[in-house]
Amino acid sequence: MATKQAYRIALAGNPNTGKSTLFNALTGLKQHTGNWAGKTVSMAEGIVRHKDKEYRLIDLPGTYSLFSNSTDEEVARNYIIFEKPDVTLVILDATSLERNLNLALQVLEMTPNVIVCINLIDEAKKRGIVVNEGLLMRELGVPVIKMSARNKIGFSILLDTIDRMVKGEISVRPVPFIYNEETERKLEQIEPEVRKLVGDEFPARWIALRLLDGDTSLLREIEKRMLQKEDKEWNSIEASQTNRLENF
Amino acid sequence: MELNRGITNQSFRELLTRAEGLSTSELRDEVVHSLYQKSQQLCERAVTFSKSKEDKRTEKLDAIFTSPIWGFPIMLTMLGIIFYLTIAGANVPSSMLASFFGWLENYLTMGFQAINAPDWLHGVIVLGLYRGTTWVISVMLPPMAIFFPTFALLENYGYLPRVAFNMDRLFKKVGAHGKQSLTMAMGFGCNAAAVLSTRIIESPRERMLAILTNNFVPCNGRWGTLIVLASLFMAAGLTGGMKTLVSSAVIVGIVVFGIFVTFAVSWVLSKTALKGVPTHYTLELPPYRRPKIFDTVIRASLNKSWAVLVRAVKIAAPAGILTWVFANIMVGDTSILMHAVNFLDPFAQTLGLDGYILLAFILGLPANEVVLPILLMGYLSTGSLIEVDNLTDLKQIFLDQGWTWLTALNVMLFSLLHYPCGTTLVNIYKETKSKKWTLMAFLIPTLIALLVTFSINQIVTAFGWV
Repeated sequence: MATKQAYRIALAGNPNTGKSTLFNALTGLKQHTGNWAGKTVSMAEGIVRHKDKEYRLIDLPGTYSLFSNSTDEEVARNYIIFEKPDVTLVILDATSLERNLNLALQVLEMTPNVIVCINLIDEAKKRGIVVNEGLLMRELGVPVIKMSARNKIGFSILLDTIDRMVKGEISVRPVPFIYNEETERKLEQIEPEVRKLVGDEFPARWIALRLLDGDTSLLREIEKRMLQKEDKEWNSIEASQTNRLENF
Repeated sequence: MELNRGITNQSFRELLTRAEGLSTSELRDEVVHSLYQKSQQLCERAVTFSKSKEDKRTEKLDAIFTSPIWGFPIMLTMLGIIFYLTIAGANVPSSMLASFFGWLENYLTMGFQAINAPDWLHGVIVLGLYRGTTWVISVMLPPMAIFFPTFALLENYGYLPRVAFNMDRLFKKVGAHGKQSLTMAMGFGCNAAAVLSTRIIESPRERMLAILTNNFVPCNGRWGTLIVLASLFMAAGLTGGMKTLVSSAVIVGIVVFGIFVTFAVSWVLSKTALKGVPTHYTLELPPYRRPKIFDTVIRASLNKSWAVLVRAVKIAAPAGILTWVFANIMVGDTSILMHAVNFLDPFAQTLGLDGYILLAFILGLPANEVVLPILLMGYLSTGSLIEVDNLTDLKQIFLDQGWTWLTALNVMLFSLLHYPCGTTLVNIYKETKSKKWTLMAFLIPTLIALLVTFSINQIVTAFGWV
């Protein structure tokens, strides 16, 4: 792999989990990233260099879920599904892991290349909360790292894990999430159809689930993107994105 | 990467139709539920709590305060205790203030006589302005000085989010958004502000429900009226602690009734004009905190009690003069005030009110705080001149006008249910940008207020309970 190639790392997480703190600490970009529930949601981007590689970090909007209830959630979801970052970091608040964890579960349904970052671990320690990351790692099937973005704890392990993940040294095997019988039965009917249509390009099981959920906007988006790709418009989009990056 | 050529819109559409056939509304719930359950199971095994007493305490308290069985009784009891403290505590200072102002009035009158001031001047200044405003102060200040700081302490402790949590289930049942419980809680402070706070509800349908029904919880401007009337008229046959207890229960009952109307109207609207299903959301419960007692009391007293009083006096003072003037300018053989009162009286009587009361509510459109002051001044400007040294005399003014407990109850209910104040209506128009919905926000409460007071009056008089 060429050293020049920039891998894309997306940061997902609930609001107020220190996602932007991590982003700023890693990229050194002192910029404020606001969450606006308006029409346009801007995502901050920045560059991190580690070892011989360059990574593009993308700070997704902070969301509690990825069900496309709001523009923020749709933007975050679309990025993970359509832009396919090489690695998605899911930042969780160690002090309220139970509430945070379901976002990680949702991301794991969408992409296997996930690193779960348990942030605010120092704050959790202060409050007497102990997290068994080994167990989470086994249960989720992806790397789980304890860290504190504010005090720059766990950064080197995180960067090394990213490095090994993009090199393919870590075998991720997310444990598939099983729903109740009725839902699984319906999924069995829809999933092969979806796979026929989208191939391995998009996570078929997840899309099938969203369709059953009544999320029609997603399929329309997929249709649009795939037709775009066929029309070779993709290149121009990619080009415009590179242009935008150079402004940083 | 080469994709399947020949993908057509057709195949997408077919897939969509198939999925729609299988899709059910319970599926989303099942998906969300499963995810949360999995999170919970994982955390139960992966997270251990070693020492934090605070979190454990919060959890234990939440188990009680938001319990399906104990949540509501505790809520009502807390509200009851606050009103009990307010009514019991306000009695003595109110009487002291009233006798102080009565004592001062004698000297004022003597002063006016000493300088040979004309009767009308004495009338405007002392009988209109002075009496009106000082009674407002002696009647409204003590209860508010107790109620607002006590309520603020409960708020600081972190109890109000739990109230919202308890209410959430009910709001969902009536087809409204759970966040409406938060905007409703805000309405207890100020409906105009609460209308702005409905912005936290994303769905326009559910937001409209929250806006239209917000008025059914009493705001700062109406607490005063409710507390004063309840303590003067309810449980008249009882004395001491028992009397206070019953008066508090009546106010709690009024508040509960207001919340009930909120649910009923939300339910009817969500089945008719504003059809739809409630959306999901996450409500974060903050940990309980020991309130900074001194800070809270000072801030609540200054910001709320004092502000409400100043507002009442500011509008009441000119209104007092105006009322007195109108009561003394004759058109034909009756005053302007009496023309208006007589015009409104027949209709008001069917509601168990009288012309003065209805006029006070109409003139009180700009702010609910001034309804009681205007009413008092209206009565005073026509009634016989009596010495007012304590609250019993105040009650006597009402009694002289033929008030009974039924009148007081109907005034309280009308105050609770009637149209929102001017500021709130302006905010509703700004937020909805719709004349139609603003008009609805005026008409729905007003019609309910008329209907409820009318029914109660008819039933009570028919059975001869008064």
